[in-house]
Amino acid sequence: MHDFTPISASIGGFMIGAAAVTLMAFNGRIAGIAGIIGGVFGSAGRDRGWRMAFVLGLIAGPYVTMLAGKSMPEVDIAASFPTVVAGGLLVGFGTRLCNGCTSGHGVCGLARFSPRSAAATIVFMVTAAVVVSVVRLGAG
Amino acid sequence: MAQIVVALFAGTIFGAGLTVSQMINPAKVLAFLDVAAAPGGGWDPSLAFVMAAALVTAIAGYRLVLRRAHPILAPTFNLPTRRDIDWRLLVGATVFGFGWGLVGYCPGPALAALTLGSGKTIVFIAAMLIGMAIYHVLFDRRNTGMSAGDRSDKG
Repeated sequence: MHDFTPISASIGGFMIGAAAVTLMAFNGRIAGIAGIIGGVFGSAGRDRGWRMAFVLGLIAGPYVTMLAGKSMPEVDIAASFPTVVAGGLLVGFGTRLCNGCTSGHGVCGLARFSPRSAAATIVFMVTAAVVVSVVRLGAG
Repeated sequence: MAQIVVALFAGTIFGAGLTVSQMINPAKVLAFLDVAAAPGGGWDPSLAFVMAAALVTAIAGYRLVLRRAHPILAPTFNLPTRRDIDWRLLVGATVFGFGWGLVGYCPGPALAALTLGSGKTIVFIAAMLIGMAIYHVLFDRRNTGMSAGDRSDKG
């Protein structure tokens, strides 16, 4: 269905890792997206500036790659609107409950050899793989 | 101010990395998560390469960076200290994985794709923020003495 793209995947992964290292080197912060957005709901009002700046950068990222000559990235969401709503609620609630998402646990946490992040990453990846398989079988 | 500029820069590189690796496309992510399709040749292992490259870079970079007494622009490194695996971690990761598998979006890619023209992306982010707010109301309010960032700030 989708082509295997190991080179662009590795380059993109390197950029994600480099961004995480940069945020740690200068600001002393974990580049976990759910934590960065979730902090907006906390009492960390003085922290909001850098959090919002990071999110703005994240949104600007695709345009920077377009300026560098790449075409408009494809965004293909097969899920129905009700499923998208359910998925969003689950992702928002779940990532806060387990204190991390793919970036916070899967990259930053694993890079620090955190046993919590290793457990979380295994659980969310296996759960997602099972859900995808079940959905595909259900769709025929 | 300098910290805000660094955050903007790091966020941009992060978002560009998600774009280059096509992780902002849920169909591409689901093609990886569909491991069960591997025997039929329909599996796309690209996401594993994204995570592996990000991880190797972060392991090497963190080793260098965390040798310093403090970050370049901040007094201390804000690192999670907990090591226990509790029910919240396991239930939360299961709930997150369920939502991720349904749509193919996790928080970073969804935000990076916010302005790329899909109404579903905007709906997903709105629902995700509501999900986070529900967590905050149910579990976080009692701990208002501590900010979410101070407790265990991951992603």
